[in-house]
Amino acid sequence: MSETYTLKLRRYDPESGEAAYWSEYEVEQDPERSVLQGILDVRDGEDGSIAIRCSCRAAICGSCGVRINGKSALACNTQLGEAQAKVGAGNPIVVEPMGNMPVLKDLIVDMDAVHWKKIQRVVPWLLPEGDPPEREYIVPAEAMIDVTQSMACIQCGVCVSACLSLEVDPEFVGPAASAKAYRFVGDPRDGQHEERLRDLAEDPHGIYDCTHCFACIEVCPKDVAPMNQIMRLRRKATGDHEIKDKNNGYGHEHAFLNIVERYGTLHEPQLLPRSFGDGSLIRGQTEPGAVKQLIENFPTVVRALKAGKVPLKPSTVLHPKLPDQKNVRKIFKEIESKDERLEINMYIIGENAEDEMQGKSEEKGEA
Amino acid sequence: MPQHDVLVIGAGLAGQRAALSAAEGGASVGIISKVHPVRSHSNAAAGGINAALNPEDSWESHAFDTVKGSDYLGDQDAIEIMCREAPDEVLQLEHWGVTFHRNEEGKLGTRAFGGASAARTYYIADITGQALLHVLYEQLMKHDEVDRYEEWFTTALVRDDTGRIAGAVTRNIRDGSFELFTAKAVILATGGNGQIFNPSTNALICTGDGIAMAYQAGAPLMDMEMVQYHPTTLAGIGLLITEGARGEGAHLYNAEGERFMEKYAPNKMELASRDVVSRAEQTEIDEGRGFPDGTVALDITVVGAKRIHESLREIVNVGRDFAGTDITKEPIHIKPGNHYVMGGIKTDVNGQTDIPGLYAAGECACVSVHGGNRLGANSLLDTLIFGRRSGAHAAKQARSMSMPTPAGEELERERQLITEITSRDRTGRRISEIKAEMGKVMDADVSVFREEDRLRNALEVVKRLQEEAKTVSVDDKGAIFNQDVLSALELRFMLDNAECIVMGALERKESRGAQYRTDYPERNDEEWLKHINLTANGGDVPEISYSEVTMTQWEPEERKY
Repeated sequence: MSETYTLKLRRYDPESGEAAYWSEYEVEQDPERSVLQGILDVRDGEDGSIAIRCSCRAAICGSCGVRINGKSALACNTQLGEAQAKVGAGNPIVVEPMGNMPVLKDLIVDMDAVHWKKIQRVVPWLLPEGDPPEREYIVPAEAMIDVTQSMACIQCGVCVSACLSLEVDPEFVGPAASAKAYRFVGDPRDGQHEERLRDLAEDPHGIYDCTHCFACIEVCPKDVAPMNQIMRLRRKATGDHEIKDKNNGYGHEHAFLNIVERYGTLHEPQLLPRSFGDGSLIRGQTEPGAVKQLIENFPTVVRALKAGKVPLKPSTVLHPKLPDQKNVRKIFKEIESKDERLEINMYIIGENAEDEMQGKSEEKGEA
Repeated sequence: MPQHDVLVIGAGLAGQRAALSAAEGGASVGIISKVHPVRSHSNAAAGGINAALNPEDSWESHAFDTVKGSDYLGDQDAIEIMCREAPDEVLQLEHWGVTFHRNEEGKLGTRAFGGASAARTYYIADITGQALLHVLYEQLMKHDEVDRYEEWFTTALVRDDTGRIAGAVTRNIRDGSFELFTAKAVILATGGNGQIFNPSTNALICTGDGIAMAYQAGAPLMDMEMVQYHPTTLAGIGLLITEGARGEGAHLYNAEGERFMEKYAPNKMELASRDVVSRAEQTEIDEGRGFPDGTVALDITVVGAKRIHESLREIVNVGRDFAGTDITKEPIHIKPGNHYVMGGIKTDVNGQTDIPGLYAAGECACVSVHGGNRLGANSLLDTLIFGRRSGAHAAKQARSMSMPTPAGEELERERQLITEITSRDRTGRRISEIKAEMGKVMDADVSVFREEDRLRNALEVVKRLQEEAKTVSVDDKGAIFNQDVLSALELRFMLDNAECIVMGALERKESRGAQYRTDYPERNDEEWLKHINLTANGGDVPEISYSEVTMTQWEPEERKY
């Protein structure tokens, strides 16, 4: 059953000398058809000058990244009915170019200037050690399936558009390029794992620039889960290679874990000093070299206090342990007793199969 | 004026592979693409790539399956080369970093595919084409000595006074400027022409540009009537459900719950070659045993949820997003739909066309390795083998050549054409109207079952549309990202393709591979075991000639699955 939809498109003609503007168009379409189809209908029937990159119509070529009702997405796999439901009946479906990238015309952005530059940044090709074998490299089946999640990335830039860290720090390597990096770091055939990780850990705009906001995971049309790949890069950097980076990503992660292991909950005033050193600031266990970094971070501490992020009350200094803190320690011990880190790849098992898989690994005593 | 020893037009798998091998051969290389390379339609090849890499398998077996699949219209010398070189090509890709599926021993693992006598399809879940394309692009980024011209639209080929290829005229889509590229060799790798049919599995960019440009430059096109209808596409929008689904064990049912392939291909069942399965489905639908929406059912649930998530994930998404179907729980409705053109620019086994210095590789070319019907997972192989061979051959030739001098008037002519289009009064039909009419008539009259009267009708419509296309008007008069004016050029290219397909289908008075004539239902080796070549000679319709099918070791036999 076809319905009438109003599409409100952000238009920009760089040759006109005018600023960007909004235009509204009406289309008749079935609710299951895509927002892209709606735009193409307008272009075909009414105004051929509307510019949008598009090709496959099936979410595999990655051309048609836009923002629909403020949310970054591919126009081809967002249904008109679904987009209408978000804004409520009677309101227009709003389509704008992607964020974090300069607009070239209408819905077309300059991906070279941002997205592809970041991809280039991570040395995006395999760097094997030595000459290739006569036949194929022998590698575990799971490792190949694992990196296939990153290979599923279609370079559409939707995560780059949605990334909140990029909004604050345009130099951040960003979600897509990080996922691309994991494609090599997770690939047993690559011979530069440590160098790659060190590079991305030491870069002030590297993997520790992500703030775990989940925006990239939420918008990714291919379930690449870029933030998960960033977390894996961090775990590999800290856990497998003990990379003690000058951004203190390593120290921060360890401080976080140690505090939780000790108290059961996070003791925030301890977090910063412990991130820079090995122990408690109060007990004078902080490394001398870290004092400089601490002083540099003083303004951040003041801002956090002012904003009430760290409340000024007795328990702030004397952080109480959880009553059943022993159980938290047990969890830590249980995890530490494993030979290998357990990584559940939702991409492989699928959401529906998740319970089943967990059941199985519990039987084997792995979970 | 950019100059390159080798200029590659199109940056899908064939184009990128050609560029890499030409660069390896020491040539200075430029690669032009109307979209960013990773947007190319090679992405859509989901299921895998064939190679007889297992010690138990043999290239001869792969070659025979391909010959049989082609309904004996494929050239056996070319097929032998492709199948012999396949294992090394797959290993090269693996060494470059393609994340091929592994078996339990950590070695390359395979899946079964249609028309094949062994499981020899190597794959990456159901994103094989995408994974290959992105890994080749990684290599292209690594080899930054190859100049990439991304989002440049080639409008015409250029020859010199001697008739040799000398370059191409190209418009930079980002700013509307024109460039005359000079090159010692030009490799066309512009892909297929599925957009002349509606619906089609093909992307919107698949408008047969290279096929039309070669044709206009005087290169013969071969076997253009051979257009593949894929057995499993979504009704309405035409999106592809990979053959990998049937490779993993999925079944086809009609509306009466009958697994109808038993009647048509009792041995291979759902994994008979594509032309056979598509005809079977269309027969069921035409005889009233389909569903009311003109489809039959593909039941993938038998594969099992875990395996589906692991290896058919893409179609889980397609089913959910575009058909509202959870393929792990229920059958999905499908029908035959336009998918691939076996025909194309006539080339030899090194990709050379009849125009000196002009090469073609991939779907736009017709070597011919697919003949009347392409086997699943042979298209990725074709793009890579003949892309590589074209690049290497062109680089070698270029070494002993000086840079040609283009005649020169083409640049001005193409520039004026654009000005003429953008300055037209709005009196003509809209591009979209003409395209829609073309797509409709091609799908109605030039699809799975064909006959003289309907083909004549299609030809008449296409000829009329060609005239109407000369006066289409555009809304966008600008220079930057003027996609409107490019659509006008693509429309012209598509109509040339459409005309050649209909002409070939009219000419071939037999049924072979994808060409099924209800008025000539038998294969006729006596008269039609030959290629049909079409050449533009300035007349109203293309000039028709024939060439021999090369036979090496396989005599034509009756084809049964």
